[in-house]
Amino acid sequence: MTYRGPYKLRVEEKDKPRIEHPNDAIVRVQLAAICGSDLHLYHGMMPDTRIGHTFGHEFIGLVDEIGPSVQNLQVGDRVMVPFNIFCGSCWYCSRGLYSNCHNVNANATAVGGIYGYSHTTGGYDGGQAEYVRVPFADVGPVKIPEWMHDEDAVLLTDAAATGYFGAQLGEIAEGDTVVVFGAGPVGLIAAQSAWLMGAGRVIVVDHLAERLEKARTMTHAETLDYDEHDDIVVELKKQTDYLGADVVIEAVGAEADGSCLQHMAAAKFKLQGGSPIALNWAIDVARKGGTVSVVGAYGPIPMAVKFGDALNKGLTLRMNQTPVKRQWPRMFEHVRNGHLTPRDMVTHRFPLEHISEAYHVFSAKLDGCIKPLILPSAS
Amino acid sequence: MTDQSNPDTSSADDIPIAYVSDQPRMRETPEQLRARIPGWGVDLDPADRPSYPKLRYAPDVTGAHWRFPDRQPGAEGRERSVEHAFVTPAFGTAQPLHGPSGAIRRFAYRRYSEGRLGHWLLLVAGDRVDAWGAHLRSFATLHPDNPITQTGVLSEFSTSGSLRRGRSDRRHHLIDPVIVGGPWVAAAGAAFVGVRGLVRRFSA
Repeated sequence: MTYRGPYKLRVEEKDKPRIEHPNDAIVRVQLAAICGSDLHLYHGMMPDTRIGHTFGHEFIGLVDEIGPSVQNLQVGDRVMVPFNIFCGSCWYCSRGLYSNCHNVNANATAVGGIYGYSHTTGGYDGGQAEYVRVPFADVGPVKIPEWMHDEDAVLLTDAAATGYFGAQLGEIAEGDTVVVFGAGPVGLIAAQSAWLMGAGRVIVVDHLAERLEKARTMTHAETLDYDEHDDIVVELKKQTDYLGADVVIEAVGAEADGSCLQHMAAAKFKLQGGSPIALNWAIDVARKGGTVSVVGAYGPIPMAVKFGDALNKGLTLRMNQTPVKRQWPRMFEHVRNGHLTPRDMVTHRFPLEHISEAYHVFSAKLDGCIKPLILPSAS
Repeated sequence: MTDQSNPDTSSADDIPIAYVSDQPRMRETPEQLRARIPGWGVDLDPADRPSYPKLRYAPDVTGAHWRFPDRQPGAEGRERSVEHAFVTPAFGTAQPLHGPSGAIRRFAYRRYSEGRLGHWLLLVAGDRVDAWGAHLRSFATLHPDNPITQTGVLSEFSTSGSLRRGRSDRRHHLIDPVIVGGPWVAAAGAAFVGVRGLVRRFSA
């Protein structure tokens, strides 16, 4: 697929990617997904998103070609590829901050490298395609375990890992009350993960009925529809005995709904970098001295965040892009044991040729869409 | 931490917990939670979670077999953030800078750091110039841009999407066709006025 400007995509033939660095691999994509953060690109919110760019940072596939210095992969290996591009050797990577790698994104220092996520994250084409270039093939990709379902594998490359990471950023202690804003794929896994870390109560907030239903059945959480309450912050204060939540996980990001004006100012008219509604609700809902974990995606342009309230409440704000591979060994156990169930979130599967429809359905939340997968024709 | 002895949330005298010193009480005991939630508490120890501690020095586990990676050829002239010492050893080569949008973007990279709003606003301006240039160029090809197929809007009908019953976001969804179609309508109107003016001028 290629980007043709805000809200517009098309499928076109591009040259097959080639080895450009000795540690590159070329992967033939077997399954990809559209991430909620892809919608920020699709809506024209991410600076330096160039016409012709191929999106897609959640994909699995077969190794088709390897560079001369690749030691850990062979042609034909089935691999899952973390959404982070990372070198494994810079100051950040050597300390586990794979998402903050300093050796892969020439265009910015404030964010690492990400497949198919504009030139602000390095200018790498992504995996909603038949083939994709995978830099540092000895560092990022992992062979897919025999027992793992392909749909679990593709979701572990970002959405599931990010939900699990978001719960960790909350520093959840036994018995904590955890509020999760957003019942999309990241929020659903964050809610499941909060229980694994000992939460005493998990409340998921959204406004889409099918997502709230999924939160109840898949994550066993309580749910609140913010459209049913005059002020969701007040409702959550009442629900928590006026204390607020010990931990709030913001799993919504730059196109948050909840205020038509704020959403339009950010997502439609680009008057601020993102809609701060979910983030401001998170700050309001956390108890004083509590923790707000932010894993919703935001771009680099400023927006109207209530930072003073965060200061005055003594909140701990924790956030990052997820260092995906760091999560995997433990997450593999959780998926195998049935404690995390990523593929339960998949609602739609589109052939690559129908990518425009896939984005529109996901963007407008039509047809109960929670997580769409993309099947390249070569697969 | 919470008091696990009493599965109730309110304080003993019904004063909300925020106003007294009592420990909040869990609604369910750990045993109840463990029975109800698959895997409850398996990651209970904060020090035994994958991202703890935040900085964990372990350069030997990443798979990298270099101190500094080989440098990818072709870095000469490539744009980079001025906050970088050099073009990184690996970089994306998709969609290299070109034309007027490329000039705007190159200026943004050369002139402003990531800390300056001008950097990002120029990049956004470059995006819009790039999009309009691409639209115009597409009309000189066998595959002109088609806002109907490229927006996927026909899926509105195959999914009964236009109903959006009871959803608060339907209000701003109504803006989408204006945002997508408005510039096309405006451009078509401007073209029509321009052509009509030319016709009148040369026929007078």
